[in-house]
Amino acid sequence: MATAEHKHPNYMAIFWYLAILTVIEIAVIYMPLAKFTIGVLLCALALSKAVLVAMYFMHLRFETRTLGMVAITPLVIATLLVFVLLPDGFAVMKRTVGVKATATEPAKH
Amino acid sequence: MSQAASMHGAVEAAESPLTPESWGKLGMWIFLAGDAVGFGTLLAGYGAMRATSADWPSPFAVLGINLTAAMTFLLICSSVTMVKALEWLGKGDKTRAIRFLFVTALGGAIFVSLQAYEWTHLIHRGLHINGNPWGASLFGTSFFLVTGFHGLHVTGGVIYLLAIMRVVARRPSPAASYNAVEITGLYWHFVDLVWIMVFTFMYLL
Repeated sequence: MATAEHKHPNYMAIFWYLAILTVIEIAVIYMPLAKFTIGVLLCALALSKAVLVAMYFMHLRFETRTLGMVAITPLVIATLLVFVLLPDGFAVMKRTVGVKATATEPAKH
Repeated sequence: MSQAASMHGAVEAAESPLTPESWGKLGMWIFLAGDAVGFGTLLAGYGAMRATSADWPSPFAVLGINLTAAMTFLLICSSVTMVKALEWLGKGDKTRAIRFLFVTALGGAIFVSLQAYEWTHLIHRGLHINGNPWGASLFGTSFFLVTGFHGLHVTGGVIYLLAIMRVVARRPSPAASYNAVEITGLYWHFVDLVWIMVFTFMYLL
């Protein structure tokens, strides 16, 4: 049982990293950047926050590598799911863009 | 493991392979991996619906992020009090551990209350599960589904924390409840982690 207790990292430092990353996230959406750039930045910031929580608060850093693989499997599956949904998305988008064009046309005249 | 276990090969084989200290921890990780697929599916579905919609409202403009930013901060704080509880328990201070567990549960309860307030406010402004004044009706559906699913997790977490406080209080030795508290922590931090994702993808993006 005694071996169950591993070293505790500096939790307050992790807390400040998370707080600062959250502030940066909110600042990013007000920045005069392209929508795509903002999206990429937000994804990167959210992912780094998630990694910090998993690595230090959930002690994944001090666990075996195989447990880490169990932990990242959902991320891989969710990413694959996005690609699975893409073709369907494109098909619907083609239709809605068509509908949108016809819907806005009469308003022009 | 104990000496008795290392003497009998059959007993040794029953030790959890990935988390030698307890099977419970492995069980929680596998549960969380499954739960993460659930949330991942919801968010991927949200992304697909949004990308293919012609009139998806800008969530950031419609929902307002001041309150949610405060809620995000609150959950991060409650994650810190959770690890502090574990740290104190490891040092053998049961009273402080219980106090920090209580503060963590309180943080969760305040989070759910703020979410209830936010929902009420948004419903009054016309955001419903089957429609809203700003555009695609699926916007309301997905908003209530995802934040509701997360809110249920927080509610469950608060109950879990209060139950584990009782376990810590009842067991005479602090070391006897260390594993149970660490496993509770895994669940709680996971709920925090999911909120980080929900906040980014449903409010900011």
